[in-house]
Amino acid sequence: MSAYDVVLKARANGRATAQDYINGIFTDFVELHGDRRFADDSAVIAGIARLGDKSVTVIGLEKGSDVKDRAARNFGSAQPEGYRKALRQMKQAEKFGRPVICFVDTSGAYCGIGAEERGQGQAIAENLWTMMTLGVPVISVIIGEGGSGGALALAVADEVWMLENSIYSVISPEGCASILWKDSTKAPDAAECLKLTSRELYRLGVVEKVITEKLGQQQIYDTLSRLFSETITRIDSEGKEKMLEARYERFRKFGSYTETVV
Amino acid sequence: MLRKGIFRRPHIALEGNTKQTKAITPDVPEELCIACPSCGKMMFSTELDENLGVCISCSHHLKLNARKRIILIADEGSFIEHDTDMTSVNHLDFPGYDKKLKSAKADSGEKEAVITGICSIGGINTAIFIMDPYFMMGSMGSVVGEKITRLFEFATINNLHVIGYCVSGGARMQEGIISLMQMAKVSGAVKLHSDKGLLYVTVLTDPTTGGVTASFAMQGDIIIAEPGALVGFAGPRVIEQTIRRKLPEGFQRAEFLLKAGFVDDIVERRRQKEYLRLLLSLHERNGENDVSL
Ligand SMILES: [Zn+2]
Repeated sequence: MSAYDVVLKARANGRATAQDYINGIFTDFVELHGDRRFADDSAVIAGIARLGDKSVTVIGLEKGSDVKDRAARNFGSAQPEGYRKALRQMKQAEKFGRPVICFVDTSGAYCGIGAEERGQGQAIAENLWTMMTLGVPVISVIIGEGGSGGALALAVADEVWMLENSIYSVISPEGCASILWKDSTKAPDAAECLKLTSRELYRLGVVEKVITEKLGQQQIYDTLSRLFSETITRIDSEGKEKMLEARYERFRKFGSYTETVV
Repeated sequence: MLRKGIFRRPHIALEGNTKQTKAITPDVPEELCIACPSCGKMMFSTELDENLGVCISCSHHLKLNARKRIILIADEGSFIEHDTDMTSVNHLDFPGYDKKLKSAKADSGEKEAVITGICSIGGINTAIFIMDPYFMMGSMGSVVGEKITRLFEFATINNLHVIGYCVSGGARMQEGIISLMQMAKVSGAVKLHSDKGLLYVTVLTDPTTGGVTASFAMQGDIIIAEPGALVGFAGPRVIEQTIRRKLPEGFQRAEFLLKAGFVDDIVERRRQKEYLRLLLSLHERNGENDVSL
């Protein structure tokens, strides 16, 4: 399967969305709306739920179920309000000692006049900054598309996992192809170059786990449920200081460069 | 609060491994003629340089390379550069990246898109990073991320405030996901610096977009912009293509950002040194500054 085949799978209509994962994994989900600043952005769903017998905060970038729902949710492209809603829920999670679980599925942050006027960049920047020292465990799972900064804004976590046929990239293959070769139809070539598949990203150390999709969807939910519980228990047992230190180092390590004088 | 043990030994000792930069005089013919991109006024390069790269007719703030900014901001001879020899590697074997790096080095005279170090401004010591618009449009890859992260770690250990001049086309796609990770990496270092009660001032210059806007450019305690600077997450052309209409005049410019509440003020280039000195002096911490220049 080529990298672009994976891109198409990650984007396919009918692929399970954040809401499906929430329904499949948790019980007693209480959705909480709004950023208390401007609006409620339905590209982000957020709330409290139970994982087994433990309360957790759940946040997801939601693409929507049918045509109408998808349009209403801007196909999972969040406005600044969406990121601020997520941030509000994360801060509450910290206050009440709840772990945070994020589901990432977006082609990227919303691109438009209003989003810029209301500080799209600032909203994402604040999430990255805050999540880096959020005092509760954070796990992010990329379930479909992980599009650039709009995805990273929910993926500064202790562990980041990916579904086998999901992607995570700094730019869309189409965008990359049109900049590089002035030809967006060369997206399949760009997809290869960008190393955006779960296999490549695991190799680069960008994700800790890849969840196989050879299982049925119910088995994926069961697997994730078990892995969430195990991972949260392990992180909790190590203590907050160690958790934050490990989170810092998790991102600190990325980068390749040389310092030898040639 | 700074957690113990989070930092490895500082990457840069204060002595050794750093070098004093010479006052750089760009190696170009004396009298080059340059047109103002805003009003079209033709100016001699010497004339423009004398006016700090600001158009003598319409006050448009032209792009300025990082070395010239150091000369404008830092006390003479005070700048000590860090990580002078760090360069990018094409770790994904991305097509054309090696060639791009080579020409960026030639165009800018720099090894990467940011220079970092310590200096004094009006006698007050500070850490400083300055991005360079002539190196791949200031795009952020591993080296930009690593140098700025190290600077914040250094500043945190040594109780220094940080001043950051931003100019960037965003994350560097030739480094794939690793360039996206730099946004998180730098944000972590900025956060620990902030948690120690230290000041971070960002100066947004034309243009600052993409992953830099969505991370350290917008994380300053105080954010100022140069007049007319374009600052946004999505670039104007991308937005126009998406919404299929022209953007309003002045959209995403510094004046627009000030009105929208996203910058603290707009500060002309000729006032910046004094402005930054004042901010630093208002945040002076008695006896806590461990660095002597
Ligand atoms: Zn002019």
